[in-house]
Amino acid sequence: MAKKNTSSPASPAVQGAAAGSSARDTAVGYMHSMLLQRRFEEKAAEAYAIGKIGGFCHLYIGQEAVSTGTLSVLRSDDYVITAYRDHGLALVRGMTPRTVMAELFGRAAGCSGGKGGSMHLFDRKLNFLGGHGIVGGHLPIATGVGFAISYRGGDQVCVCFFGEAAVNIGAFHEALNMASLWNLPVVFIIENNRYGMGTAIGRSTAQQDVVKRAAAYAMIGTSIDGQDVYGVHDEMAAAVERARKEHRPTLVEVRTTRFMGHSMSDAASGTYRSKQELDESMQRDPIQLLKKKMLADGSLTEEHFAKLDEEAKVAAQDAWDFADAAPEPAPEELFAHVLSDGPTADTAGYVEAGR
Amino acid sequence: MTVMTYRDALNQALREELKRDDSVFLMGEEVAEYDGAYKVSRGLLDEFGPKRIVDTPITELGFAGVGVGAAMVGLRPIIEFMTWNFALLALDQVVNAAAKMSYMSNGQFPMPMVFRGPNGAALQLGAQHSQAWESWLAHIPGLKVVTPGTPADAKGLLKAAIRDNNPVIVLEGEMLYNTKGEVDENPDLIVPIGKAELKREGDHCTIVTFGKMVLVALQAADQLAKQGVNVDVVDLRTVRPMDVDAIANSVAKTNRAVVVEEGWEVCGIGAQVVDYIQRECFDDLDAPVVRVHQADVPMPYAKNLEKLAKPDAAKVIAAVKRVMYLGD
Repeated sequence: MAKKNTSSPASPAVQGAAAGSSARDTAVGYMHSMLLQRRFEEKAAEAYAIGKIGGFCHLYIGQEAVSTGTLSVLRSDDYVITAYRDHGLALVRGMTPRTVMAELFGRAAGCSGGKGGSMHLFDRKLNFLGGHGIVGGHLPIATGVGFAISYRGGDQVCVCFFGEAAVNIGAFHEALNMASLWNLPVVFIIENNRYGMGTAIGRSTAQQDVVKRAAAYAMIGTSIDGQDVYGVHDEMAAAVERARKEHRPTLVEVRTTRFMGHSMSDAASGTYRSKQELDESMQRDPIQLLKKKMLADGSLTEEHFAKLDEEAKVAAQDAWDFADAAPEPAPEELFAHVLSDGPTADTAGYVEAGR
Repeated sequence: MTVMTYRDALNQALREELKRDDSVFLMGEEVAEYDGAYKVSRGLLDEFGPKRIVDTPITELGFAGVGVGAAMVGLRPIIEFMTWNFALLALDQVVNAAAKMSYMSNGQFPMPMVFRGPNGAALQLGAQHSQAWESWLAHIPGLKVVTPGTPADAKGLLKAAIRDNNPVIVLEGEMLYNTKGEVDENPDLIVPIGKAELKREGDHCTIVTFGKMVLVALQAADQLAKQGVNVDVVDLRTVRPMDVDAIANSVAKTNRAVVVEEGWEVCGIGAQVVDYIQRECFDDLDAPVVRVHQADVPMPYAKNLEKLAKPDAAKVIAAVKRVMYLGD
């Protein structure tokens, strides 16, 4: 029997939530976790703007209570898999800001050796299974992880995050059907921020009450407020327990808002989403909601908050400095890991042949 | 050595590898209770039980992805497609997930898995059920693609594929399942991936081929021998990675080559083989290389048109005569 551990050991982000800790420590841990994600991604946006980060870069800002609340209920031997909006989850699971930022900068010290990039963060030691770039593509993979857990008779759980727009792709249907049919320990988490890229849910989805889809798979479905970290924690604890003990999957809709554009390529508002709508949503910033609650119950002071925030900013800056100074992948890495047998070609020969 | 069918050779490979390693499982449509749509998995459910011989819904993308997920956390899945025609629906998992996971994760997540099933045309199954996918799959870095043409190679290559730590595509042939040949029953024997075999020796011309076309090339070789023309038949057995040395060694000897494949011409495997030949054997060639392939049309249903569309021994013989500047 694996030891009960409500936090991954390497995760500084939710260590306050470790078993046996006080309610105050738990709250402080949540705050630390969400601030780290927020300040890290603000730094990433800055780096993107000056070309230190390339390609696509999808920020999680506004959705931090989902990652913090969910991963706080997992054991270190559970599995986490997500789509391309993956920085926050990677940090909360326990990847260091340095290794994540180095990946965004395309450096050898990155969690995927600089060969994955923003959308493909992986960490085998943390059972962090990516970082996937095709909408819905990782849902059958999550079902497969659940299949493997069941095959071996284990009691781990796989949690799988995806956006609400993914419910319209066939992979969603195929993955949930098999997970329920075979009683697999997977929690499917719809992060419903109401926009699939620039398409509002009303323009893409006939049944906007997306959690009703659960009925099609004879699966329990629940719908919760994703801005309240405690609410997320409690519902995920129930869903994870259902997977672990009863081997039943759950579909959880978490209603949230991304405060940024779909990626760094689009404005947060003004095209497909009105400024007024965004401004109203931002009134429910998960960090501010938690801060208000903690100030009210006396578990936090303004000074303590400022200190936590400063720590997060320092960690983000440290990640930047580390990534900026870190070496790029060596040329020999070009042909490494295409296959697990070793390099598939010699880089020097490849360069020579091209001359 | 025992004479058995290609189908039984595959069945034996599955049985031996399932016995050898309990992280191996077989999943697909009708593989368990129905004994396999083409009976390749006959008897395996009884022997290994429903945990390891798993029937799926009709959901190719889904169960291909289940295989990827299971491989990520250390199992060794064998994913059967009832035919590769249906696997088009699963290509996102094969190409975007299985083939790239190792690279994207910097080697943290190797993909020890097999995708297998019948490939290519059978008889009068019409356009959507009669296609050869070798070149599509061989195009992708991160995959290995094997194309056994005989029962011995079917057994040895499938066993090698199951033991390999990379995603391996095994392209079988519906028309091959009933063919017979000698197979070594030693459970430790495999056929190494990436090694061609000279199936027949001759000095006049090289025929490079693979999969179902091996039998066609050998038929052509028999008939050519009666006319005094002796050919090398190089069976690639694996189309990715390709055994370029075996091709070059033969062409250096014969100075002439014909490439025979079941699929379409444009961007086909034959185009790649010809590229290797011009790179490695430019000074050896006494004639331009000729390719034999399916006509550039969706497969027609009518028997006469289907026959016209498919490569056959007569077309191979004509091609060999062309590169040898022989008249009919």
